[in-house]
Formats: sequence, structure tokens, C-alpha cells
Amino acid sequence: MSDDWPQLVSLLAATIRLATPLVLGALGGLFCERAGIVDLAIEGKMLAAAFAAGTVAFLTGSAWLGLAAGIAAAAAVALVHGYACITHHGNQVVSGMAINILIGGLAPTLALAWFHNGGNSPPLVGAQRFVGIDLPFASTIERLPILGRLFGELIDGQTAPVYLAAVAVPIVAWVVGRTRFGLNLRAVGENPLAVETAGISVAALRYRALLCSGLLCGIAGADLSLAQSAGFFRDMTAGRGYLALAALIFGKWRPIPTLLACLLFAFTDAVQTRLQGVALPVVGVIPVQFIQALPYILTVLLLAGFVGRARPPKALGMPHVSPR
Amino acid sequence: MRPDDALPAWADYAILPLLNLAAAMALSSVVILAVGESPLAALRIMLTGAFGSGEAIGYTLYYATTFVFTGLAVAIPFHASLFNIGGEGQGMMAGIGVTFVCLGMGAAPVWLVLPAAILAALAFGAGWALIPAWLQARRGSHIVITTIMFNFIAATLLNWLLVAWLVAPGQSSPESSGFPPGTWMPTLAALAAPFGIAMAATPLNLAFVIALLASAVTWVFLFHTPWGYEIRVLGFSEGAARYGGVDVGATIVLALCLGGACAGLAAVNDVMGAQHRLVLNFTNGSGFIGIAVALMGRNHPLGIGLAALLFGALTEGGTELAFDMPALQHELIVVIEGLVILFCGALEHLFRPRLAALLAGAR
Repeated sequence: MSDDWPQLVSLLAATIRLATPLVLGALGGLFCERAGIVDLAIEGKMLAAAFAAGTVAFLTGSAWLGLAAGIAAAAAVALVHGYACITHHGNQVVSGMAINILIGGLAPTLALAWFHNGGNSPPLVGAQRFVGIDLPFASTIERLPILGRLFGELIDGQTAPVYLAAVAVPIVAWVVGRTRFGLNLRAVGENPLAVETAGISVAALRYRALLCSGLLCGIAGADLSLAQSAGFFRDMTAGRGYLALAALIFGKWRPIPTLLACLLFAFTDAVQTRLQGVALPVVGVIPVQFIQALPYILTVLLLAGFVGRARPPKALGMPHVSPR
Repeated sequence: MRPDDALPAWADYAILPLLNLAAAMALSSVVILAVGESPLAALRIMLTGAFGSGEAIGYTLYYATTFVFTGLAVAIPFHASLFNIGGEGQGMMAGIGVTFVCLGMGAAPVWLVLPAAILAALAFGAGWALIPAWLQARRGSHIVITTIMFNFIAATLLNWLLVAWLVAPGQSSPESSGFPPGTWMPTLAALAAPFGIAMAATPLNLAFVIALLASAVTWVFLFHTPWGYEIRVLGFSEGAARYGGVDVGATIVLALCLGGACAGLAAVNDVMGAQHRLVLNFTNGSGFIGIAVALMGRNHPLGIGLAALLFGALTEGGTELAFDMPALQHELIVVIEGLVILFCGALEHLFRPRLAALLAGAR
């Protein structure tokens, strides 16, 4: 065990790092989808945020201003999605795809024109990035055996977005599950007509849900360009938005199971880089590509009802046209 | 769509798409201005790049051929109210099928290899659509999510096959051996030469003719056969289809598999017609351009042909643009594509009420 210990700890540390953008993106998608709006645009929102965060952090020298810009950009993209889906009753899937493709082209185009760096931002240094934060009392706790070691390697010294993601899970669970806003939000995703009959504006509620998704996807994007990498790179989301959506579905549109799904997908991602060419007992060498495909295969199996049953919000994907 | 927003057909099929396209182009111009170039100069370069010479036209039509196939792949299921986002993955799988035939039957005569490879493309494309289709029909899992997941699964499968099995000996980048020349899709230039017609040497190949045929067959199928009728009834109202005795499950599977087969034909154009080997990511987003093509073409084969021509010209013109204006790379085309999908698809109701009111006022 003592030989595998450092490997296991570094595997778990990688899992936490890789799970952060997934958790934030999936929770953003949760607000959107529980309100009845299909959110394929997680990818686009994250990419827009990564670009805006990288750009503003480079210009101002502050990672926090970068984060604010990332949130603003993701919220703006969410509002475009809302304008098409809520105001104009457009097809939500088409709108999401359009946004993903649009941002996928726009971010590198602007980066190329502004930075002349092959569609990437210049490398970020120092305070332009999020660096590890040493928690208070960390040195005291780390003196404990085993637990202290785990605390030191997994919990202490992570970047701000990781802690934000960790805090976001209980907050989202509380907001969606326990507040008046959350109740209305869930109701509008199940039966918008009933919500309208109760005198609550469906459109206003859905726009607010979209802004929440922009906030969370914005942090996710900023995590990619300011914490995980030193700057914005073209296509840096690399399908993480879709993976977050898969995790949201795998978590059956509920916060805690969604967190677990994100951790599972992040774990498979962390494992696949370490299993390259390693022969396992019984099964032998597993092709890396198979492990990469695992989250997608699992999601398909779940949706098909072969592993549990996922019931989407009833009004998901249906534009609400007021009867009056 | 509210009933008072109903438009005459000529406005619905011609004016509205042009208005939406104009809006997309106007926003694209803003992007071009933002990077410090002139939209008019860019347009001129793109037009010359796409239509300025025989070679340019050949490349434009070659790209348009792919987009006709990926556009039909979206449009046919769309008539059944099914959104096939899986064109990308279906095209990749068809590329694998084509590669198996071309590398495995390279010694066989051309008249045998070409049909076999085309059949393989159809079968692999349709086969990759079959599983999501069956899951939608029998297990109720949503086709959009399943086809997205299948795009990723196809990409990892292609990656694995190329790295582990098909990679050419002594080759470090993941691409297969070149196909024997006897399995190449004959270019139109080569076919026209015996008749004394001189065409510029471009990748434009026999698949262009197949695309024209496929469009015609799709039109007949959708609007003049019982199966096409059932697909359209299902798209209009599942309840009405059920009540009318339509086998809903079978119709779902039929519509999606036909879409997958069309997406598969794109691989015939690209893999057999131009690259003559299997390379990683050879689909290059053409499956997603198919969404824009289908939406702009109002899911009608004729409209798809025109929209595919537009996107073929954008792709080829965009390549020229990247040479002449280094600030504008291929991604600008992706921006235009995204805006076209946004305005022709998600925001299709943006101008409709105003146009309807305008026409009603004029009458």
C-alpha cells in the first residue's frame, strides 16, 4: 500500500482539478435545464468565459478582474440563448448548437486579431493567474497522520475556482431545493402554464435561471484559462461543456448526484492518462480511447434506462407561448 | 408560430431565409470590422476565391458536395421532428467503412470496388444512426443527447482504429496507408477529358453527381412516397401519425438511418474522392455545417443544394481570404456558420411577424 499511496493521492488530486470546470458547468446547466431550457450551450458559455477571462486578466494584470469578465461574457452568451429561446420561442437545441459554433469561431478570431499569437492569448504570469491558496490553520492540520497528509495534498493549496466549485454545490442544492426561487424554477421546468396562472412571469424566471447558469459557467471558463492553463488557447474547452451536460443528465438533474457524476468522469479522465500502455491484471492493456469514451457510453446507457432511469424536467425543450 | 404569422410560400422559402442570411452577414461584417479589416474587401476576395476561376469553382463544388450530404442528413430526420446532430460521427464511421473496402479490396476491378465502398459508406453511416434511433424509438432516450454522445464515441473509435490498427507502417501521425489508385473516386476532370472537355484539376469527383441524385431521390422520397408521407406526418403530430396507423418506431428508425446514410456519403466525397486515405478528424466539422445548410435550405432538397453551394463558396473563399488577410483565418467561416444557424434556426421567428404584418398591410 505504501508504494501506491503517492500515486493514489496524485490521482485524487488530479480528479479534483479536472472535476472543477465540470462541476461548475454542470451546475450552471442545472439551473437552465430545471427551468425548462435545454442547455447545449454550456460549451459555448465556458469558451466565451475562458477567452474573456484570459484577455482581461492579461490587460489588467488581475485574475479576479478576469474572473469577473468571464462571468460577464458567459452571462451575455446566456442572454443570447434566452433571447432566442424565451423571447422568440426559438428551437433551444438549435440555439445551443449555434452558440457553441459561433463562440468556437469568434474567440480564436478575436484572439488572433488582438494578440497575433495563433488564436491564443499571450501566456499569463503572476497575479494574472489563480495560484494555490494556503488555507488558515493548514499547517496545524497537516501535522496529523494520514488525514493531515490527505488534507495537505487534496484540500489545501487548491486554486480559488476549486473552492468556489466546492462552495457552489451546497449553495445550488439549497437554492434549487429549499428557496422560493428554486421552487418556482423547478415548477417552470415542469409546468410553465401553472406558474403563469399563479401570477409569476415565466420569461423573467427563465431569464434569471439563465443568468445563474452564466455565473457558474463563467467561473468554469475562468478556471480553464486562469488556473488550469496559463492563458486562453483555441478550443480549450475541448468538449468539457458536453461532458458537463452528460454529467448533469447522469446526475438526473440533481445537484449532489451531478457532483458525483462529475467526480466519476474526472476520475476516468485522470486514470486514462496514467493507464497508457499499462497492463492490468485479468483484462490486460485497456485502450486509452475506451476509457475516454466511457463517460459518453455510460450516459447513453443511463438515458436508455439500462442503468437506473433519468426523468428530465417535463417542459424541457418546449417554448412557452403565453395563451393570452 | 402563431397563425396570423403565416406567410405566402414565396416569402417563407425565399424572402425569410434571405433576411436571416442578411442579418447573419451584417453581424459577420461587424466581426470583420472589429479585427480591423474591410467587410467589402473581404467579400470581394471571397467571391473571387470561390468563383474566380475554373479551379476555384471546382473546389467550391467539391466542398458543396459534402455539405449537400450532411445537410440531407439533418433534413430528412427533421421532417420527422428528429434532430440529428450525429452527422459528424456518422460520417467518421462511414470513413472507416470506406477505408476497410478500399484497403481490403484494392486489387478488385473498379466497377466492383466503387459500388462496394459506397455501400459500405451507406451501411456504416446508417448503422451508426441505428443505435440512437432504436434507443429513441424503443427506450425513449432523447436523440439529441444520444447523437452528441455518439459523435464523441465515434471520434474515440476512429482514433483507436487509426492508432492501433490502420496506421501506415513507419508513419508517426495517425493516418492510414494511401488507397490504391484503382479505388479512388474518379474526378470529374478525368471523366470529362475523353469528351474533349478540359476542366481544371480539382478534387471535384463523381460524388458530386451522387449528391445531385441523392437530392432528387430525397425529394421524391419525402414528398411522393408513402414512407416520406409517414415521416412528415410523424413530424407534424405524433398523435395523428399513431391514429393514422403509422408505425411510429419504425418511422423514427427509417428517418434517422436515411439521415445517417446521407452523412455517410460525405465520406465517399472526402475520403475516396480527395484524401485517398483515412486521417484523424477528416470530417472537420462538416456534420455541423450540415445543420446550418438544412436550416437555411428550409429542409428542402433544392434549398439544401443552394445553401450547400453558399457554404462551399464560404469555405473555399475563406481559404483564399486567409491568404490575403492574415487577420482572418478559417475561424471567420465558423463565425458566419454559427450566425447563420442562429438567425435561420433559433431566431427564425425574429423577422416573421414583422414580415407578415408588412405583407398583410400591402395587400
